[in-house]
Amino acid sequence: MKLRLRVWRQKRCDTEGRFETYEADGLTADMSFLEMLDVVNDRLTKEGKEPIAFDHDCREGICGSCAMAINGEPHGPNEAATTCQIYLRSFRDGDTLTVEPWRARAFPVIKDLVTDRTAFDRVIQAGGFVSVSTGQAPDANAMPIGKVEAEKAFDAAHCIGCGACVAACRNGSAMLFVAAKVSHLGLLPQGQPERAQRVQKMVAAMDAEGFGNCSNQYACEAVCPKEISVDWIARMNRDYALAAAKKL
Amino acid sequence: MKLDARIPPGPLAEKWTRFKSNVRLVSPANKRKYEVIVVGTGLAGASAAASLAELGYRVKSFCFQDSPRRAHSIAAQGGINAAKNYQNDGDSVRRLFQDTIKGGDFRSREANVHRLAEVSVDIIDQCVAQGVPFAREYGGMLANRSFGGAQVSRTFYARGATGQQLLLGAYQALSRQIELGQIEMLPRHEMLDLVVEEGRAKGIITRHLVTGELTSHAADAVLLCTGGYGNAYYLSTYARGSNATAIWRAHRRGALFSNPCFTQIHPTCIPVSGEYQSKLTLMSESLRNDGRCWVPKAKGEKRSAAQIPEGERDYFLERMYPSYGNLAPRDIASRAAKRVCDEGRGVGPTGLGVYLDFSEAIGRLGEETVRERYANLFAMYHEITGENAYESPMRIFPAAHYTMGGLWVDYHLMSNVPGLFVLGEANFSDHGANRLGASALMQGLADGYFVLPYTVGDYLSQQKPGGGKPEGTAFREAMETTQARTKKLLGVKGHKPVSEFQRRLGKILWDHCGMSRTKQGLEEAIKILPGLRQEFWQDVNVPGAGEDLNQSLETAGRVADFLELGELMCRDALEREESCGCHFREEYQTPDGECARRDAEHSDVSAWEFKGDGKPEVRHIEPLNFEELQLATRSYK
Repeated sequence: MKLRLRVWRQKRCDTEGRFETYEADGLTADMSFLEMLDVVNDRLTKEGKEPIAFDHDCREGICGSCAMAINGEPHGPNEAATTCQIYLRSFRDGDTLTVEPWRARAFPVIKDLVTDRTAFDRVIQAGGFVSVSTGQAPDANAMPIGKVEAEKAFDAAHCIGCGACVAACRNGSAMLFVAAKVSHLGLLPQGQPERAQRVQKMVAAMDAEGFGNCSNQYACEAVCPKEISVDWIARMNRDYALAAAKKL
Repeated sequence: MKLDARIPPGPLAEKWTRFKSNVRLVSPANKRKYEVIVVGTGLAGASAAASLAELGYRVKSFCFQDSPRRAHSIAAQGGINAAKNYQNDGDSVRRLFQDTIKGGDFRSREANVHRLAEVSVDIIDQCVAQGVPFAREYGGMLANRSFGGAQVSRTFYARGATGQQLLLGAYQALSRQIELGQIEMLPRHEMLDLVVEEGRAKGIITRHLVTGELTSHAADAVLLCTGGYGNAYYLSTYARGSNATAIWRAHRRGALFSNPCFTQIHPTCIPVSGEYQSKLTLMSESLRNDGRCWVPKAKGEKRSAAQIPEGERDYFLERMYPSYGNLAPRDIASRAAKRVCDEGRGVGPTGLGVYLDFSEAIGRLGEETVRERYANLFAMYHEITGENAYESPMRIFPAAHYTMGGLWVDYHLMSNVPGLFVLGEANFSDHGANRLGASALMQGLADGYFVLPYTVGDYLSQQKPGGGKPEGTAFREAMETTQARTKKLLGVKGHKPVSEFQRRLGKILWDHCGMSRTKQGLEEAIKILPGLRQEFWQDVNVPGAGEDLNQSLETAGRVADFLELGELMCRDALEREESCGCHFREEYQTPDGECARRDAEHSDVSAWEFKGDGKPEVRHIEPLNFEELQLATRSYK
């Protein structure tokens, strides 16, 4: 199998980038997309060129490191999958693939396909937690939580913080990411005491980081590798309004 | 060298309580004068950093990933053990302690393991309070499932992403302290050396992975929470970035390395499909609750799974270990899978695979229930193989997954270098020669949330605060060593990419120091490894420069360390002339092919001392004394 890759190459955040074309040959359908990049990188190294820089770590779809758009789609063509979970059987022999880093104001490019996503960490630091210090906890079964409620909280908590939602949004909005955390904690009894201030602080931090407003296009949900629902955004907006009205 | 594990006196079940009552304290006003470095932000690192910051210490936290939330604890699937006995099925602290010692084939310290079992119950409380969405019953109570090596259901879980949820809990606690200004977080920083001044750990040297800048950091104590070294095998279930550099550099600075040959090969991973393969994906052990392992009875069987009638299938775990069946511990299940494949009965294109079959469970419970329990694992399997495991059985094969060995620590989790603490998978302490499923998450969080906050205070109370600035000879020397090494790696400019050396090292270790080991094979590996190391330093090609993001340089440094560590793994395996847990020496087996321990000679922990480049390491011994439990032959039959 053979593919032509147009890959974004950029030396540093303050230099200009450009697309470079590479022919990737001798591939097999069982190879993962990132394994193909490994092969290309080994070849570039042997040719005395600099390999393509890209973030990746667990390669099983949970750490949220890998972050690239393939033919304009964050994480590529498959539903509910990260880039590392894309296998070449998703493409046709001879395809041309354009590979780019996340494009968003709040995620500046560091090098090639690597972007700076620390803005997400700062949003969590603003309030995405329950303030309970080690040793303060009551018995785990002291407070029953219904199965349905717990499952819903898990659905929201499953976000891996990859940033595909931001990259997919025409406004570069982080609403899905922030709403997932606000909802995860807001659905549980443990999250109630800080519910109002949490949503206010996190939304303020999100705005300060330069993320845009929700575009109401649901592109975020469409590309999310963990299928986080846009319903959480509606829930967050409700929490935010109630918090502003001090009813929460 | 005499190794003092500093185990507190008194009856086993009271040691930890007594220790806590007598531990030396640092007053609240003085805590803020101490600075602690925490390297790594997995379960152990994030929980330790957060807990120490909550107490009032100033903490500097480092990780090589772009965010602390990405540490590889995130990928743990199945669950976390705790002796809550919520199921009323006979569990207790005592039983969890016994299961862990037995599971580790009597090669771990009783006092450490008992403490682990004691604090396990607090972990669940803490995580629930943080908002970790564990699985629950309809009545709102926490649900449990069973895991290998136990006859009770004590595993708490959050679908197939327990590690993710626990890590995010710890990451959020860490984030809260960053916001409060108690923790300075430095992501994309890699520790490249430990600074030891007047015999005490005083700081570290890091490289900023984006700018290439090398920096010295001073502190009153250094915590290494940097995970295991399973990537020495190249193909493993570890993250690609997981590495041994922090613990190996500390080892070269004097910290002893214990039981390096104790490496866990996990039975249920997706088999290798080609040369280019970069990692192996785990299919959680929890699948063995409902999946049945089998191979055809006949050698060289060519029919597909569906065409092989029931009578011609060998459910080999159920046959060999009737009382634990498919839930036999990992080392045992892996070896059994290897054995049936060695007999020529393996399945799949390479013959290196066995079936994990859910048809019986789907018939019994319905596909919906199976889907509810394991949907994400089945989906992952489908992504990778293109096969639907609801319709045909999964194919699985063992892969390197965890390392029980690590830096030697005493009861305080302090290494033999005062001021250097080692937590989680990076230390050797609790799992002996084999770790039970769902116990890694338990140990990481036990160390970070509940053990270290006590023991580090005990150490700091005896130190003058404000351990100094990152100056002085030791810092200068460590900085110069790091600079020279980076320059050397970039200067070779040979012909071969780093990946080639990593693959070759991995193959040598897998063949000779993997699921089955022999004297001859280990000697062979020890003979060829120095040559591979030499070739690396003469012919590796690390492109680019040191002043910007250079992933080849990062990998090269890690592989250089694995090339040294790999040899120590083999030497340790050679010197341990017995079979125990994961360490199966073919020369030492029972007539039916099980591990034959030699307690008279090897009821101990090895602790290797680095003596300088080119000089053989020296093996020290910490004898293991079993006061509560009788040394017994482990049987899961």
